Amino acid sequence: MSIPAKEGLAFEPAITFEDVWVGFDEGQVLRGVTFQVRERETLILLGETGTGKTLTLKMAAGLLAPNSGRVVVLGNEVSEMKESELLAFRRKVGFVFQEGALFDSMTVGENVAYRLREDRVPEEEIEPRVREVLRFVELEHTIEQLPSELSGGMKRRVSIARALINQPPIVLYDSPTAGLDPVTSQTIITLILRLRDVYGVTALLATHRLQDGFALANFHFDPETKRVVPNAKNGNAAASENAARTRFLVYRDGDIYFEGEPEEIANSEDPYLKRFLV
Amino acid sequence: MADTPFQVTGRQTKEEETVSVAEVLVDAVKRAVASVQDYALMSGHAVANIFTSPHYIQDILEQMDFIGAGSLPIILLSGFFIGGVMVLQTGSQFIRFGQTSLTGDVVAIALVRELGPAFTGLLVTGRCATGIASELGSMLVTEQVDAMRAMGTDPSRKLVTPRLLAALLMVPLLTALMDFIGLLGGCAASVFTLRLDAVEFWRRAIDALDFADLMQGFMKPVIFGFILATIGCYKGLTVRGGTQGVGRATTSAAVVSSVLIIVADTFMTKLSLFLADKVF
Repeated sequence: MSIPAKEGLAFEPAITFEDVWVGFDEGQVLRGVTFQVRERETLILLGETGTGKTLTLKMAAGLLAPNSGRVVVLGNEVSEMKESELLAFRRKVGFVFQEGALFDSMTVGENVAYRLREDRVPEEEIEPRVREVLRFVELEHTIEQLPSELSGGMKRRVSIARALINQPPIVLYDSPTAGLDPVTSQTIITLILRLRDVYGVTALLATHRLQDGFALANFHFDPETKRVVPNAKNGNAAASENAARTRFLVYRDGDIYFEGEPEEIANSEDPYLKRFLV
Repeated sequence: MADTPFQVTGRQTKEEETVSVAEVLVDAVKRAVASVQDYALMSGHAVANIFTSPHYIQDILEQMDFIGAGSLPIILLSGFFIGGVMVLQTGSQFIRFGQTSLTGDVVAIALVRELGPAFTGLLVTGRCATGIASELGSMLVTEQVDAMRAMGTDPSRKLVTPRLLAALLMVPLLTALMDFIGLLGGCAASVFTLRLDAVEFWRRAIDALDFADLMQGFMKPVIFGFILATIGCYKGLTVRGGTQGVGRATTSAAVVSSVLIIVADTFMTKLSLFLADKVF
């Protein structure tokens, strides 16, 4: 069963995939995928291993060319851009890799400062900004440490800090909680949630854990109490706005199997979707 | 989007196809041609980057330290004994004709024209091409190269060009040191085994060399440096199959660059002899 994607959405999309095909010698991974992510929205990309979640993120960042179809991000037709144009474009997009992908020969501080140094930002500006984002991920004390000295969860948090350093409007997360224990996973999700509600970033988050998506859909960061709180169910404007910002997209066999709101997937009786609920 | 050696996928058709033996062979040839094309593109970009900004000076200096200073001990040690063994081998033949005084000439010409560049190229390849391939391969499989690209850095400029530039500068310098230490080793062997005068050995060695010999001796290491750096980078940046792939790439980098250096040496020698005959 394949549930068609919604059409005619009345908003300016931040990310658009239009009939995107991608594959390797072994066969096609994505077969004509079409979806949109609107500004300030978090789209949870669910799917089993090998269904093309990471490929989707890499195409959105222009790291991988689709075989055919269009990928448009922030008005840039990424699928048609040259590598030299993509280098400039990618500075608008933060990418959090599955294992962190920190440069292992550099300290945490140097990793986070990397993009600023590439942009020739004066050295006196760099350290305060690096400390600020490391404080945001609660890892300021690791600034002089090497990635090999950090735990898996800490590496992901440094990776988030690195993606944040120049405040990109879009952040792409590749299975940010994969392989982490539940407590550390919750820390990462809380961080993503704060990032969404404090900086208002648009996010595309690939995961195989439905609970990550529900956490993002059902909680929000309260700037007054500086705590993560559940969304109210009494029609509170802020809460409903937060809830509307999270949608789900499920891949199966190279196609979009489901696209919709958290309630739809939570209440679904579809056996394939229910596998993610277990 | 322009395809680069760092992008994983190429343009493919959507249809599922049945595969025959002929198609497999054609596919293999296509892959080989595509590999050469990717290698040429990567090398071309790396060379072009030398003439355009930005330059990663810190990375260039680090690579010069790795390739140059790091290779110094093996070059000095090997060079000394290569010179020594040359004297032992040639000296034993010259003794039969009572011409041991020619030893300095032969060792100087052999070292500067051939043994210095070739041994330096092969020794630095064994140490550095493998090091480059394994380092870049590890970066690739841990997505550090993608992370670099995701942050708007051109991996060709940041990773390949500094290694290429460092090898182009350091391999000729290491060759010069290898030549000098080789002559020193030859001198020591001459003095202690053939009972030759050290001053006479050096005088004959220096007199035996002309500009064409030096041109040949310093043109080769530039090419060898190019080969070992670009092959090391190419093998590293095209790793497939995780850590096992890194191992394969490292071995492949050593084998391919060593063979290419020996092949290039033959053609460079022929070209140098032609130039020495016609031009100098």
